[in-house]
Amino acid sequence: MSDASLQPDGPGRRALLWLRETPIIALIVLLVALVALLEYLSPGIVNERWIGNTVKFAIPLAMLAACQTLTMYTGGIDLSAAAVATITGFVMATLVPHFGQGWGIFIALVPAVLIGLLNGFGVAICRVHPLIMTLGSGLIGIGCLQVYQRYTIATGSEVAPVLEWLGTGRTRSVPNALFLFVPFAAFVFFVQNRTGFGRMLYAAGANERAARLSGLRPWQLYFALYVLVALIAGVTGLLYAGIIRTTSLSLADPLLLPSVAAAVIGGTSIFGGRGSYAGTIVGALILTVLGTLLTLLQMPEGARRIIFGGIILLVTAIYVRLTDNG
Amino acid sequence: MRRFLARHYWVTGLAVLFVLMLGLTRIIQPGFGISGLESVTRAALPYAFATAAMSITIIAGGIELSVASMMAVGGTLSAVLMAKWGVAGTVPALLVVMLAGAAMGAVNGVAVVLSRVPDIVVTLAMMYVWGGVALLILNGPGGTATPWLRELILGQVPLPGLRWLPQAALVMAVVIGGIWWSLRRSKLGLSIYAIGSDQTAAFRSGVAVGPTRVAAYAIGGMLAALGGLSLTLSTGVGEPIPGPYLMASVAAAVLGGVALTGGIGGILGPVIAVFILRLARLDLTLMSVDPNVTTIVEGTIMAVVVMIGGLVALREKRR
Repeated sequence: MSDASLQPDGPGRRALLWLRETPIIALIVLLVALVALLEYLSPGIVNERWIGNTVKFAIPLAMLAACQTLTMYTGGIDLSAAAVATITGFVMATLVPHFGQGWGIFIALVPAVLIGLLNGFGVAICRVHPLIMTLGSGLIGIGCLQVYQRYTIATGSEVAPVLEWLGTGRTRSVPNALFLFVPFAAFVFFVQNRTGFGRMLYAAGANERAARLSGLRPWQLYFALYVLVALIAGVTGLLYAGIIRTTSLSLADPLLLPSVAAAVIGGTSIFGGRGSYAGTIVGALILTVLGTLLTLLQMPEGARRIIFGGIILLVTAIYVRLTDNG
Repeated sequence: MRRFLARHYWVTGLAVLFVLMLGLTRIIQPGFGISGLESVTRAALPYAFATAAMSITIIAGGIELSVASMMAVGGTLSAVLMAKWGVAGTVPALLVVMLAGAAMGAVNGVAVVLSRVPDIVVTLAMMYVWGGVALLILNGPGGTATPWLRELILGQVPLPGLRWLPQAALVMAVVIGGIWWSLRRSKLGLSIYAIGSDQTAAFRSGVAVGPTRVAAYAIGGMLAALGGLSLTLSTGVGEPIPGPYLMASVAAAVLGGVALTGGIGGILGPVIAVFILRLARLDLTLMSVDPNVTTIVEGTIMAVVVMIGGLVALREKRR
């Protein structure tokens, strides 16, 4: 930084340092700028209803991105999250007509836990790279779901009404999904900031050897982490089925890569040890607003994808510069 | 012989497994012969290119998540160009496709080097970008493939003594093998392995890390575009929606002995792994297993292989 305004004690330098310390400010500024651009392009679009819809669709993305965020703290990633969400949503819809809402939802989370255990076993015991392990387990899970579907195709399916209420309903124009998301986000913040488990996640990601020498047992941590993350993905699938009001074999697939992107844009390092769920939430909102913006511009699908990818790359590149280059 | 086995135990094991799989296929389907081998090889061709592209980027210490999207670009571009330029313009079209592939890969590589964002994130973003480019080239399946080029990967080699060998296998050996062989004999190849195994050490030994990385991605991109071309040749139309090549290529590369940490692996192992995975799929289909169960079995093979690989690596580390 040879710029004159960026002298050690200059105001520019201090502003830069402050930005580096609190990168979430930059993200919020970006989010506001995107919303302003949207309002400029199509005056009057930003109203109560639009905000409610944006929040509603950002919530499942933010929840699925929690899976990516938590695993990224340890330098991992969870590519089976979308598969787990799809399976849970689908199984729930097929079980509800037989067992009622409560049991249907409860039993539907069993496959999620099973996949979590499989991931945990692979990552913790066999030390397989999480990327590969979760890729494989997601593939296995979807295969099992396809077989399962053939046996239940005649029995009919129904999304639990309580989930539809949660997914599509509004209470005084506030989407009901927030009733699930606010406690959920509070839980994630509590876990990452206030529990030993959360600290261990950061520690294992920053330097696993040092963490081990300080008495951490990585295998226990990874096992717990991947089961927890699979449960989160399962709950996301339940909510998403409620929002979409139907289930399919590729229910949550379109959310997988955006969930990784949301975590990365939110400033979570994919190498582990750094990040916060707050950034991820803003990242999910940015991606949702960006999606609306690109739809509004009425560009061909191809151009939209190019811009989407380009912006993810640009934001992360700026972010890395901002936080690393000192 | 013993030293060879000690050095290449993984590839040797894969080759034995491959032969066993061939035998198994023959037992399941006694009619499985030259023509069966030919169709398996033709189906494996795009996978082999994708896996080669994936392997070289992983060996260079990165990963190429946009491989399937670049294949879609290569496939649509070649179909459109061959339709537009006709039979006479096929060779220039081929060159353009290869150049476009190398350019796409180079863009990925430059983005990785300049942005300092992890490879996995950059190529994830580029997956959208190249997927979008493919959709701009062709909005739906379209274009054509030049007949003589299509016949190049069809049937057996018309030479005495080689009439059992599928042409697709020959193409695979000449193109992938040729690129790989010249790479292994060059300084660039050595540099790619060097930056993959230890970037700092490579830098201190005088390797230009950035350009080497870009070169590795460019070669990967070219291989991916060729994979897309081979897909167009086998179906006859260009398809803008990326196929299932990302997962399959990572699985084949890992099964083939390429270490995800970079710097370790070759091309023979991954290509044999592609054949093993294709044969496994064929066997399950021949046994009239539900195709969905086939997906489960494939996923399980992949998971079990990497788990065993992980345990073996762990054991060697402890020793």
